[in-house]
Amino acid sequence: MKDITNSMKITIPAYSRNEGLARMCATAFASQLDPTIEEINDIKAAVSEAVTNCIVHAYKDKIGDIQMELRIVGSDTLYIRIKDKGCGIPDVKKAMEPLFTTSPETERSGLGFSVMESFMDKLKVKSSEGKGTTVTMTKRLVTRNEQTDR
Amino acid sequence: MSVKISNSGDKLIIFLSGEIDHHSAAEMRYFIDGELERSTPSVVVFDFSEVDFMDSSGIGLVMGRLRVISGWGGKAVIENPRPNIRKMLKLAGLEKLTGQEQKK
Ligand SMILES: Nc1ncnc2c1ncn2[C@@H]1O[C@H](COP(=O)(O)OP(=O)(O)O)[C@@H](O)[C@H]1O
Ligand SMILES: [Mg+2]
Repeated sequence: MKDITNSMKITIPAYSRNEGLARMCATAFASQLDPTIEEINDIKAAVSEAVTNCIVHAYKDKIGDIQMELRIVGSDTLYIRIKDKGCGIPDVKKAMEPLFTTSPETERSGLGFSVMESFMDKLKVKSSEGKGTTVTMTKRLVTRNEQTDR
Repeated sequence: MSVKISNSGDKLIIFLSGEIDHHSAAEMRYFIDGELERSTPSVVVFDFSEVDFMDSSGIGLVMGRLRVISGWGGKAVIENPRPNIRKMLKLAGLEKLTGQEQKK
């Protein structure tokens, strides 16, 4: 199959209403890969988690910028990078444990990273305290191609 | 508002619709808790048939309401979740609330 080369980069302020906007942008970009409904829903959820974390954790008491970059890698893989310049995560390994949350009082479930991990193929989190956090995720969209090629 | 409430005897039915994320959950929580505290129902049905998206903020919303309802010994069930919602509930270990745990 032919390689598709494309990318998109957007910067949005950390308003909670932009959670939906980020999901819509990611969905629109991913649609080039002819994803299944399930794949689209997985991508939506993962993006929602990463962007929400920037809003509720990284920029807890301010409105900073969230950068989302999407790329198509090869013919069938979606790459998403979501970056903030917020407070950072002191212990990334701990933060990624299921049910771990630093904000139980606001009814966070501590499952954001678990969702990203299980709904995407790969997840990488890089963070530095006081500087910010970058979440990188990839997902290979194969279901439909494999079904129609058979 | 994407929450509608209907009351039948001791049962409170909560119809949710649209997208449940961190942005929408705050308003939903406020509205639902008002109704819950007013009627302290013994059975609460969350009807998810019109919910087309939910992330882990929705899980937080559901778990928080379970805590409120258990305050007076009430029970809660989730009805009609779409496949993506079911997947999210399953990840959170809440699929049992749908009354039909699917193996796999
Ligand atoms: N972008 C971020 N900036 C700072 N802290 C973060 C960020 N993302 C996640 N965290 C930290 O990691 C924890 C776990 O995140 P997550 O799994 O999404 O659960 P939740 O958001 O429900 O707390 C958060 O409670 C927070 O302390
Ligand atoms: Mg989160």
